[in-house]
Amino acid sequence: MLSTATTKHIILNFNIEKIRDDFPILKEQVYGKPLVYLDNGATTHKPQVVIDTVKEIYEKQNSSIHRGIHYLSEKMTEDYEEARDTARKFINALSTTEIIFTHGATSAINAVAFSFGEKFVKEGDEVLISEMEHHSNIVPWQMLCERKHAHLKVIPFNDNGELDMDAYKEMLTGKTRIVAVNHASNSLGTVNPVKEITRLAHEKNIPVLIDGAQIVQHGEVDVRDIDCDFFVFSGHKVFGPTGIGVLYGKEKLLEEIPPYQGGGDMVDCVTMGKTTYNELPFKFEAGTTNYTGAIGLAKALDYVSGLGISNIVAYEQQLTEYAAEKLAAIDGLKIFGNAGKRISVFSFHLADIHPYDAGMVLDKMGIAVRTGTHCTQPVMDHYDISGTIRASMVLYNTKEEIDLLVSALERVRKMFSK
Amino acid sequence: MSIKAIQDEIIEEFSMFEDWLDKYDYLIELGNELPEIDPGQKSDENLISGCQSKVWLDAEYKEGKVWFQADSDAIIVRGIVALLIKVLNGQPPKEIIDNDLHFIDEIGLKQNLSPTRSNGLVAMVKKMKLYAIAYQAKEG
Repeated sequence: MLSTATTKHIILNFNIEKIRDDFPILKEQVYGKPLVYLDNGATTHKPQVVIDTVKEIYEKQNSSIHRGIHYLSEKMTEDYEEARDTARKFINALSTTEIIFTHGATSAINAVAFSFGEKFVKEGDEVLISEMEHHSNIVPWQMLCERKHAHLKVIPFNDNGELDMDAYKEMLTGKTRIVAVNHASNSLGTVNPVKEITRLAHEKNIPVLIDGAQIVQHGEVDVRDIDCDFFVFSGHKVFGPTGIGVLYGKEKLLEEIPPYQGGGDMVDCVTMGKTTYNELPFKFEAGTTNYTGAIGLAKALDYVSGLGISNIVAYEQQLTEYAAEKLAAIDGLKIFGNAGKRISVFSFHLADIHPYDAGMVLDKMGIAVRTGTHCTQPVMDHYDISGTIRASMVLYNTKEEIDLLVSALERVRKMFSK
Repeated sequence: MSIKAIQDEIIEEFSMFEDWLDKYDYLIELGNELPEIDPGQKSDENLISGCQSKVWLDAEYKEGKVWFQADSDAIIVRGIVALLIKVLNGQPPKEIIDNDLHFIDEIGLKQNLSPTRSNGLVAMVKKMKLYAIAYQAKEG
């Protein structure tokens, strides 16, 4: 935790007006009102440098990577591999052989569930996930368990939205083949103790996958410090393009598991009788990859690093504390998820107003939130509710926007209390 | 009154609102006024489940006309449900099948009836038409 003096110093270096200027979409109006974008948990906007990069690739450089003999293809390949190294540095992986580009976090989890599952999961085995997972970190494991006649076990959380670590310890058994949990919850805002989760699993030689989709945009990630075996994230949630994501895997494990898709580029030698696979990381990148997305993502990661992760963390901490205080002061507002360590994501109910009703009215006031189950139906079941309103902030949001949300919510409450 | 005439009346009514929030205020009012359906009618059979909100729809066929009863757990959706019932209630099956519900678009509620919204309304309109088709078939 930063001292107050350090925090003040750092925040002085965080020029929010300039940062907002970097994101052209934030100047847009909706229904004639300034856009207040608080749906960052779903996707984040792109800084100009990312937009320009993607545009320039198509204008000046586009060529298929890894195969061409010509100038543009060579250059494109170089930039793509450089993007891989940028992603490696961002999460502090040891080697670029451990960085696989995927379509996103979902496809990365599916890849592990398939490839790891094929190799290591058999009938009667157990896969351990948590009650607060996004559907993307539930369904692929359910599908695996169905295929293999294995069992899905679920770590419960308490009403504050914190994982029950005692239950977790009990659930790690000789049958557990893999643990898959999120670093931060997209509906509760909880930041989970992933390092401890990994340590406990490793005591029993059980590998761990961390779903980092909701953490990379909010804080520092060091896969070597966590010591997790797999880590996944999506580009579009960290200010990069859509359709690109990263699967990190420890080299030894990636060597052991089979590829999940066959096609061009992932092969070494193909005959009609037998195919040998390419080396890492190409073994897992079948077909023409989304090289434009990868390079755009690298720009986004550079942008985030340029701002300074510690600056972002300090700024968001202020924003989170401010939002928590202001939201809690609204009459009849109930927040779901009050974990000690959290990201700036708030799920709540406003009196007995249906979240969908509230969301529709907020939309017309220019305020973008998300309503519903947020692809975490088991979390809603935990609280026996059908959905929530969710406001999720990132580094370009401001206290003024939180004030606008608060006054809009006051207005919504009045509209429905007539 | 024909389906077309009722729709025109609603379009005129909504043209008086200058602001979106006024429209929603009115829909909330309509939602609050819609008679609650019998708890027994809130059955799984009548449930049209959306990911965002739920809608229940029941129908009756009396003397050549279709009578709908519906409800939702969201008030604005209830308001839209009330409008749909106002337009289609007491109409012969053929009229319900043949008429387009153009008023939705005209009063600016089209996004609420988009298939991706998952609020139960698209499925409700479809089910209203299916009821009409079934009753028409029964008449032979």
